Amino acid sequence: MTPLTVYVEGIGLLGPGLNDWASGAPLLVDASSYVRQATVLPAPAGLPPAERRRTGEIVKLALAVGFEATARSGMSPATLPTVFASSGGDGHNCHEICLTLASDDRQLSPTRFHNSVHNAAAGYWSIAAGATPSSNVVCAYDASFAAGLLEALTQVVVDRTAVLLLACDVSYPEPLHTKRPIPDAFGVGLVLTPGRRESSLARLTATLTNAPADRIPDSPLEAVRASIPAARSLPLLLRLARREAGHVVIDYLETQRVAIEVAPCR
Amino acid sequence: MTPLVLTHFTATSCIGRGLHETLAALKERRTGLAPCAFESVELDTHIGEVPGVDGERLPDGLQEFDCRNNRLAQLALRQDGFMAAVEKSARRWGRRRVGIFLGTSTSGILETELAYRHRDPATGALPDSFQYRGTHNAFSVADFARQALNLEGPAAVVCSACSSSAKVFGSARRMMEAGLIDAAVVGGVDSLCLTTLYGFHSLQLVSRLPCRPFDVTRDGISIGEAAAFALLERVPATLDSNAVTLLGIGESSDAYHMSSPHPEGRGARTAMLQALETAGLTPQDIDYINLHGTGTPSNDSAEGRAVAAVLGSKVPGSSTKGATGHTLGAAGALEAVICALALQQDLMPAGLNTREVDPTTGVDYLLENRRGRVAHVMSNSFGFGGSNCSLIFGRGRRGRRDE
Repeated sequence: MTPLTVYVEGIGLLGPGLNDWASGAPLLVDASSYVRQATVLPAPAGLPPAERRRTGEIVKLALAVGFEATARSGMSPATLPTVFASSGGDGHNCHEICLTLASDDRQLSPTRFHNSVHNAAAGYWSIAAGATPSSNVVCAYDASFAAGLLEALTQVVVDRTAVLLLACDVSYPEPLHTKRPIPDAFGVGLVLTPGRRESSLARLTATLTNAPADRIPDSPLEAVRASIPAARSLPLLLRLARREAGHVVIDYLETQRVAIEVAPCR
Repeated sequence: MTPLVLTHFTATSCIGRGLHETLAALKERRTGLAPCAFESVELDTHIGEVPGVDGERLPDGLQEFDCRNNRLAQLALRQDGFMAAVEKSARRWGRRRVGIFLGTSTSGILETELAYRHRDPATGALPDSFQYRGTHNAFSVADFARQALNLEGPAAVVCSACSSSAKVFGSARRMMEAGLIDAAVVGGVDSLCLTTLYGFHSLQLVSRLPCRPFDVTRDGISIGEAAAFALLERVPATLDSNAVTLLGIGESSDAYHMSSPHPEGRGARTAMLQALETAGLTPQDIDYINLHGTGTPSNDSAEGRAVAAVLGSKVPGSSTKGATGHTLGAAGALEAVICALALQQDLMPAGLNTREVDPTTGVDYLLENRRGRVAHVMSNSFGFGGSNCSLIFGRGRRGRRDE
């Protein structure tokens, strides 16, 4: 296969003990300073008050990492096609709908229903950012980050366009939590471009591989990586945070993984 | 874009299992919509239920995937020799070189809805038999179909509501052009569940009667279910004159509202224009448009404006949702297959149930089946969250005008 080469222009990050890329990157480099704490979700920016009230955790997460990544890139979020990857969408909203449908009164709230679509966060992002280009929303269970990454990489390489990749997951409340124990919210945003720019952070060259996915040995981040689908991105984020060249393998399907050569641009 | 060929395709909906029954229903102008008697649902509405779905038994090794959505997927995969065609492609290219990209909106959520009725009275726990990964998670249907088809290539579910299984054509096209794969199974599967029946009801978007797209009296959708699949490959050196090709794709976002379309159809317009541009075609080249045409007042009005702005008011069009119902995440793939039949049969299917076309929509809406040369067709799919996708298909090499 042809290697897929793109450039990273911006990064957004939010997860347990990781409040944004600027403050989180040093913690990824020096894991001894990392303290795992519950993810803190900021109020959603860019939405009118009526919409703001309706948004769940996954929307807050997507907006936070999306705006952080695009601000760093210097690109207008309105002009960027997006790829949104998530294993489960808005778990709390889904739980509430199932509760109502199992009750004697099955009347759903209209807002609950339209927020139940897997692409709700992508829809709110397009409204908040005024983004009218395409938005591709993918799910591949635990492989959702890699599936979103491949969707974004092929779009950048084939259509020669910059793309914003957003990978976000949040927990389910009980009783679904026992069946799908995602412990906390984690989101990552990456602005990827086809050509190198003055401001490019790193070059990524991806291929499919049989090699096993990288783990993060001797680090509390490994438990985060292994338990939240969007956090399967952490080996890549660690390498980007260290600003050093190297090779990482990201978890994907049972049959194959995604190998990425990382080369810092600055 | 580089055209791709639909080597094989199939569809199963309330109007029929497989292509033969689907085509017969279109020719006979037969709707599959009937009064709702699904599960314990008490809503005064019509639905498009596929008979016999629950009679499907999944293979022994794939029981963890057992749910209505995957049963419907298997029922459809078994039609028209589709599984054999995929096997032939997998042997030709290698199992890891065949990807699978399927659309769904609600996956196997019906299983979760039923499991919530059977929570443990003391602990609130879901029954042990409930399988989250195999039924609830959106990836379930691609995971299941990939294993049932014995494929090992890249896989994803596209989950952007009612545009899902149109957009899978875009994901597959990019993967193929990037050289990651040589062939792709694309499609859509969505099955009846309480979430969508009660959800659309809560938004007051469901008609009591069989839906009447583009009618002056249209008052909502009829919910249906379907599974449709296509095998996409690169166009070979010699191409059968009856072969159906994917020529253009347009994708856009409304950035306007979660559940209402932009009133002027802004995003729809962009998607249609981009589809024409990527196909290298002009509006005059489009012989028939399969409209999204859900039958709600605002959707059809917005789409009509967009179609009139892009294609003018002379291109014959119809929504086949009067026959099949709105099959949500499966609609893009189902209507792609209907477009393929339209191309092969020179048949422009009528929009059923509609009596008086809304003159303000500006579309040449077909109330009767029409025969005539069909070289290029456009299919529209628009979803919640303002997600829009337009596809253009042709017949033979570059449509038949070059032959």
